[in-house]
Amino acid sequence: MQPARLAAYDLACRRGDRLLFRGVGFELHQGDALQLAGPNGIGKSSLMRILAGLLRPYNGHVEHEGTLALADERPALDAHRPLGEALAFWREIDRAGEARADFGLEDLLDVPVRYLSTGQRKRAALARMAASGARIWLLDEPLNGLDAHWGASAQAAIEAHRALGGIAVIASHQPLQLQRLKKLALLEYLP
Amino acid sequence: MIRSLWAIFRRDLTLLLMGAPGRGGALLPLLFFLAVAMLYPFAVGPDAKLLARTGAGVIWVAALLAAILPLDRLVEPDLEAGFFDQWALRGIAEEGVLTLRIVAHWLSFGVPLMLAAPLAAGLLNLDGAQLWTVEVGLLLGTPGLAAIGVTIAALTAGLRAGAALGGLLAIPLTVPLLIFGAGSLQPGGEGGLLLLAASSLAALAIAPFAAAGAIRAGRE
Repeated sequence: MQPARLAAYDLACRRGDRLLFRGVGFELHQGDALQLAGPNGIGKSSLMRILAGLLRPYNGHVEHEGTLALADERPALDAHRPLGEALAFWREIDRAGEARADFGLEDLLDVPVRYLSTGQRKRAALARMAASGARIWLLDEPLNGLDAHWGASAQAAIEAHRALGGIAVIASHQPLQLQRLKKLALLEYLP
Repeated sequence: MIRSLWAIFRRDLTLLLMGAPGRGGALLPLLFFLAVAMLYPFAVGPDAKLLARTGAGVIWVAALLAAILPLDRLVEPDLEAGFFDQWALRGIAEEGVLTLRIVAHWLSFGVPLMLAAPLAAGLLNLDGAQLWTVEVGLLLGTPGLAAIGVTIAALTAGLRAGAALGGLLAIPLTVPLLIFGAGSLQPGGEGGLLLLAASSLAALAIAPFAAAGAIRAGRE
């Protein structure tokens, strides 16, 4: 099992001419989970995209060992294709084998993605992430649209991922039932 | 990496050829191209000499406009759905993805136009030699049109009214291809084909980098 590590140093993010946060730093090792908390518009998603390397920070830098996977509000699944085919496209790119986590998608594999509900789409995006074999999971509001049952399943999948030495960063305003969960309240890093 | 790119290329080609709800497909530009070739004789009258003299130019104008039709679905839907972000996370360079998209776009509009050109030539009363020049010109010019199209699609993806802006941007950028392509049909204009090939190559060389830069800049 390759090592996993995610560290952020003195991150600041600017959107337009507004500084969202500054001085954000943390270090995560195998099995760690971090919750990014804070009200809407504080910069949780921007921080997520900085960690994913999709957005350049205004200041500071990010280091990571191990592959990254991001699940945000855009599932990157072809709306017109059946769910099974849309997921198979990413399986062919990731080639990481079958997902260990169960998101109850077996009955939906023939259904075109555009007919799926918000919660079902979310589960599909989480399944794609779980199947990607990535060591570091970046989850932006993973519980949005999920009912209590699948919310618990999603958290169980995160715990299973951590048990295998993975890292999870979760941006969520909802309380999470995860063991040894670190918290980072972005309100404390306002400029 | 190669297998990932192969999977992406197969998806691109299927989407661009067959289309999908909200994505059109290869049929629309083709029908548009033939419709222009069919309407032109109605508009200018059945004067065979006039048609033969101007028809090849009309084919080029029709090809250029047909290339603009699919612009708004070349990049925008994938950007919107998060595909480009997911590829970037997996370390697949935008340049590679967009090169494949140029090839897929060319296969789904350039090749059908070349196949439809004999029909258009018949409607416009072009002779065999002119048709041959048109076909060679399309073979040399449509890759450049595809490259410019993908670049503009990447530049305007995510903008409001991006589709309209894309069309407006494409017209001046594709004018050299039009001039050399249509010019090659004038008597003694064979040199136009070389210039056409040169412009096409220049567009192909720049496009993947310009389009990738546009996608990355759009993330900021």
